[in-house]
Amino acid sequence: MKTGLRYILQTINYSIFMLIVWYFSVAPAYTHLDVCQSVVVLAFGHAGQSVSKCRKRTPEELAALPPNMRNPMICPRERSPIEVELLLDDKLLFTEIFNPQGVSGDWGVDVYRRFNVPSGKHNLKMRLKDSVRVKDFNYIYEVDVDLKAAQLLTIDFQPEKGGFSVR
Amino acid sequence: MKSPYQNTHQLFASDEYKNTLKEQILKNFFHNPIKHMYLYVDAWFNFAFGTKNNPLYHLGSLAFFLLWIVLVSGLYVFVVFDTSITGAFQSVEAMTEQWYLAGIMRSLHRYASDAVIAVVLLHIIREFSLDRYRGFRWFSWFTGTPNLWLMILLGISGYWLVWDQLAQYVAIGSSQLLDALPIFSGAMSRNFLSGNLSDRFFTLMAFVHLLGLPVMLVFGLWIHVKRLTKVEVIVPRGLAIGSFLALLILSLIKPAVSHEQADLSIVPSVLNLDWFYLNVYPLLDYFTPGETLILAVAISSLLMIMPWLPTKRTPPAVVVDLNHCNGCSQCFEDCPFDAISMQARTDGARWDMEPIVDPALCAACGICVGSCPYSNPSRRSETRLATGIDLPDQPIHQIRTATKTVLTELSSSKVKIVIFGCNHGIDLTEINAPDIATITLPCTGMLPPAFIDYTLRHGADSVLISGCRSQDCYYRFGNHWLEKRIKGERTPILNKRVNREHFEFVGYAEIDKIQLLKNIETIRQRILNEGQS
Repeated sequence: MKTGLRYILQTINYSIFMLIVWYFSVAPAYTHLDVCQSVVVLAFGHAGQSVSKCRKRTPEELAALPPNMRNPMICPRERSPIEVELLLDDKLLFTEIFNPQGVSGDWGVDVYRRFNVPSGKHNLKMRLKDSVRVKDFNYIYEVDVDLKAAQLLTIDFQPEKGGFSVR
Repeated sequence: MKSPYQNTHQLFASDEYKNTLKEQILKNFFHNPIKHMYLYVDAWFNFAFGTKNNPLYHLGSLAFFLLWIVLVSGLYVFVVFDTSITGAFQSVEAMTEQWYLAGIMRSLHRYASDAVIAVVLLHIIREFSLDRYRGFRWFSWFTGTPNLWLMILLGISGYWLVWDQLAQYVAIGSSQLLDALPIFSGAMSRNFLSGNLSDRFFTLMAFVHLLGLPVMLVFGLWIHVKRLTKVEVIVPRGLAIGSFLALLILSLIKPAVSHEQADLSIVPSVLNLDWFYLNVYPLLDYFTPGETLILAVAISSLLMIMPWLPTKRTPPAVVVDLNHCNGCSQCFEDCPFDAISMQARTDGARWDMEPIVDPALCAACGICVGSCPYSNPSRRSETRLATGIDLPDQPIHQIRTATKTVLTELSSSKVKIVIFGCNHGIDLTEINAPDIATITLPCTGMLPPAFIDYTLRHGADSVLISGCRSQDCYYRFGNHWLEKRIKGERTPILNKRVNREHFEFVGYAEIDKIQLLKNIETIRQRILNEGQS
């Protein structure tokens, strides 16, 4: 009788433990994105333009260098910061200035920003400035989108392909 | 302080004592509720499973057993898994459809992995609440935290491989966390934008999940138990069968299923998260990846430095006295914490070996003192009882002197009961009656069996040894070794001529004081009855 009772109690204890294991392996459900929302992701990798243009070395500068290092052109390594603005229906959604990475500030930056926005029709404006030698944004892009629920809209930036694009 | 009661019967029957006892139990409970809850659940499980199969006494080995299930089921799952971006999800779905074999294997893999984390969390909370993480135990605690992280990373990488919407959510979240580290420079998350992913991703994840992390985990677990001897890596058979059957039944009733196939053009909305592994990801909706990482590192660091918040002073380590050591190596065999090793004799004596103690590893439990054949109180060659290995703070000579003293104090009593207790079971100082004498040791494993004989021969009617609960010795093996010594299964053995009815060896936790009192009262009645007859 005592053995039988023990087996019953063991079964109850195992059941409670497995119930806990099962429950927390799938529940409670987590709502990552509300039903009527979509996501806009701004994601690109880009190196800003050099802070100043390449120039010719003067004869004096060339003479001061060892013969094997007398490159007539001198180009600064440091890159410009990248300033980005994102507007949704003419309201500022995001703005940030990304400083170049690296010890000499000569690396590019990788940007990945995610924004939850209401689903539906929107106007998106993107602006980017990647040179300290220009006064205003040198890349501007505007697009009308119709976002479905849970849709992921990616904003990419590739200057060799003309700048911003969405997909 | 002299007790106002004539005997234990009067003491235990008094209202004053009963009220004091109730107050103590309540006070102790609220002083450390988690510990007391464990002790009560332990008692319940001891009844249901028996001490040998009590899961709470085998949480470490149970985790090992569950990892074996994870490994074996994982190997099967890998054989039928397709490591490609298009084939991964389909191959997992095909497994689920074959419910009677691959489906069960997949479910076993999932649920055993979850059970590992549940068991490890219980293990951590238990060791913390029972104060088994500080002092000489710091190393096991400190090295345990990285193992928990490795297990979680192993689980996370497994979830990626299914390549359903949960995998997509986990993969993007993980990439954001990795991008927050300076070494990844923010480029990883962009891999998961539509069209940027290749099959190489699955090859990499399969390598990490199947080889990289498991190898690191095995190494980490080896380090984790490095300072323990006779590590229990095999779970008792009853517990193994029960756990496996429970997992199998769960796998049949609630098979593991996937979410919808991953689609990088949408964002998963509602997710059935596995909270054992994926609890960090929702934080990304409230904190930046960098903040989330800092939080995780801060919690882990806090967990790791717990042994020093505050630190626990371990009494001075045992000292070897080669003048009383024949190099039998029993102390080396019995030490639970690998603090004793044997080396060639250095004093020119005729014995081959001698023990050497590493003070940094010594718990000062005194188990080795109890195992030394020289710790025999009946030795008459010297006025001071010296033994081969001894505790500086509580030497064996002091215990013999205390025994003599209490026997003298009991000499006028009608009933003479001597109780040997330990520092981690019931506090014997609260049991104060004229017919009882108590002596507390660091661990009952320190008591050489010859002391039972000695105490009975010098006037005690009965000897009661009250250690920690069976299978749950604070110093791992103290009560286990003493039990074997008493049964004659381990040296030094108890003399066979000692009347087994005149002593009792029991295991109680601090919540079991009423049982101990009942035990004492039964012994007292037996002695009185024997006296009358």
